[in-house]
Amino acid sequence: MPNLMPALPEIFLACAAMAILMLGVFRKKDDMRATATLAVVAFAVTALLVSGLGSERTTTFGGMFVIDGFAVFMKTLVLVASGLAVVMSVGFLEREEIDRFEYPALMVLATLGMMMMISANNLMSLYLGLELQSLSLYVMAAYQRDSVRASEAGLKYFVLGALASGMLLYGASLIYGFAGSTDFEVLARTFAGGHGAPHAGVIVGIVFVVAGLAFKVSAVPFHMWTPDVYEGAPTPVTAFFSVAPKIAAFALFVRVMVGPFGDLADQWRQVIVFISLASMILGAFAAINQTNIKRLMAYSSIGHVGYGLIGLAVGNAAGIRGVLIYFAIYLFMNIGAFAVILSMRQKGRMVEGIEDLAGLSKTSPMMALAMAIFMFSMAGIPPLAGFWGKFYVFMAAIDAGLVTLAVIGVLASVVSAFYYLRIIKVMYFDEPVESFDRPIGRAMGAILAVSAIVIVAFTVVPSPLVTEAEAAASTLFGE
Amino acid sequence: MDALLREYLPILIFLAIAVAIAAIAVGASWIVARQRPDSEKTSAYECGFDAFDDARSKFEVRFYLVAILFIIFDLEVAFLFPWAVTLGQIGMFGFWSMMVFLAILTIGFVYEWRKGALEWE
Repeated sequence: MPNLMPALPEIFLACAAMAILMLGVFRKKDDMRATATLAVVAFAVTALLVSGLGSERTTTFGGMFVIDGFAVFMKTLVLVASGLAVVMSVGFLEREEIDRFEYPALMVLATLGMMMMISANNLMSLYLGLELQSLSLYVMAAYQRDSVRASEAGLKYFVLGALASGMLLYGASLIYGFAGSTDFEVLARTFAGGHGAPHAGVIVGIVFVVAGLAFKVSAVPFHMWTPDVYEGAPTPVTAFFSVAPKIAAFALFVRVMVGPFGDLADQWRQVIVFISLASMILGAFAAINQTNIKRLMAYSSIGHVGYGLIGLAVGNAAGIRGVLIYFAIYLFMNIGAFAVILSMRQKGRMVEGIEDLAGLSKTSPMMALAMAIFMFSMAGIPPLAGFWGKFYVFMAAIDAGLVTLAVIGVLASVVSAFYYLRIIKVMYFDEPVESFDRPIGRAMGAILAVSAIVIVAFTVVPSPLVTEAEAAASTLFGE
Repeated sequence: MDALLREYLPILIFLAIAVAIAAIAVGASWIVARQRPDSEKTSAYECGFDAFDDARSKFEVRFYLVAILFIIFDLEVAFLFPWAVTLGQIGMFGFWSMMVFLAILTIGFVYEWRKGALEWE
C-alpha cells in the first residue's frame, strides 16, 4: 500500500468537495452561502495540512506524486487565491441570482486539480490533474448560462482547451515512445549527462508539451482564448481564472521543464525565450486600445506570464526564485484589482468600462488609492512590490547572460506602464461621472485593504517571502 | 506458411458458421413467416431519427444528458472487468481502491438523482 501521508491535503480536499456537493443537494434551499463557507474552511484546513508536510522531498503512489518545498510554496499560493476568490464571488453571484451551491464545489474540485498538477511527477498524473482542473473551469466560465457571452466564453474555452490537451497528450505520447518512460525521474536520468542531442522525436514531443502548457498559462501564441473568456465569464470567475489556475499551470510548467527536461535546457530555451518575448510584447501593445477593464486585465495577465517566463528561460535556482516571488506578488495585485472591478456597480448594475472609473478619487478615495497602488505595482514602479517581482527575474536573466531578453522585458514594461497609468489618470484627473454603489461589503473591503498592505509592506519586509521562495526554488535543483 | 494459415482456421470455420446462421435466419423467415411489409417495417432503423435527412438537425438536449450519464457508468463497468479478473493479485489495497472509486461514482449518482437529471419529464 502506498504512503498516503504526502497526499493527505489532496485526499482531504477531495472528501470536502464531495461533502459540499452532498450537503448542497440535500438542503432545501440551493443558495451558496453555506457551501461557500464550507469551501473556505476546507481551503484553510488544506493549507494547514500542506504547511504541516515539511519541505522534504517525498514521492508516493509509485513515484507518480511528489511533494517538496516547491510544491508546498505553490500549493499555499493556490489555496490562498482560491479561498479569496470564493469570498469575492458570493456577493456578485447573489446579486446576479446565480448563487447555486455547485459553484463552491466546482471551485474546490478545480483547486484539487491544481494541487495535483503542482505535485505531478509523471506525465500521466500531470494530465489527470490538468483535466480535473480544466473541466471544472470550463463549467465555471459558462456558469452564468443565461448570458450569451458567458456561454460563448465557456464553449470557446472548452473547445480550445480540449485542443491544447490533445496537443499535450500527443507530445507526452511522443516522449514516452522515444524515451521509454513517463516518469519524471526516469526521464531526467535518461537525458542526464548530455550524450549529444536527444532523438528528434523527443524534441518534437517537448515542443508539443510546451504548446499545451503555454495554452494553459495563456502565453503568446496560444493566448487567443484569454481576452474573450476573461470578458465573457462572470467577473468573480475571471478573478479566479487570472490567479489560481495560472499559478498552478505555471508551477507545472516549471516542474516539467526543469525536472525531466532540465538537462535539455539548451534545446528548449529558445522556445521559452520566444514565447516569453511574444507574451511581453503582445501584453504591452494589445492592451493599449482596450476600453473594457476585464479585457485589459486579460492582456495584462498575458504580459505578466511573459515576465514569469523569463525566469523559466533562465532555468536555474535564481530564475525559479524570481518566478515564485513574481507570482506571489502577482496574486495579491490581481486579487486586489479584481476586488475593485467587482465593486464597480452603478445603481445595482455591473459596469466594466475603464471610463466608468472616472473621478473615483473624489467619490470613493480609499478604493481609488488601493487601485492606484495595484496599478503602480503592476506597472513595476518602485517602491511597490511589483517592481521587486520584475527586479528578481530581470536580475536572474542578466546573471545568466540573457541580456536581450531582460532589456526587451524592461522596454515592454515601460510600454505597459501607459495603460496602467491611464487608469490612474482616469481615476484622479477625470471629472466624476457617477459614483459606485456603496457599501462594497466588509469582505471585499478587507480583501482590498489586505492586498494593498501586502504590496506596500513587501518593500519594507521582503525577507519572509524571498527566503521562502529561495528555499522552495532550491528544492527543485536538489541543493 | 501453412502453419500460420492453420492458426487462422478456427476463424474461417467461425466465419462460415456465422454466414450459415445468418442465411438460415433470413431464409427461414422468408420461407416460413407471413410477409406483410409496410413503409415503417421496411425503412432502415435508426434510433428514432429519419434515416435520410439533413444530419444537422436539432435534437432534444435530454438525449445528450442521458448519453453522458450512461457513458460514466458504462466506463465504470469497463474498469470493473480487469479489476475483477486480477482481484487475486492486487489484494486488499486493490479491493478498497475500487470501493473508493465506486463510492465517488455513487456520490455523483446521488447528486444527479436528487437534481432530477434522471426524470424524463
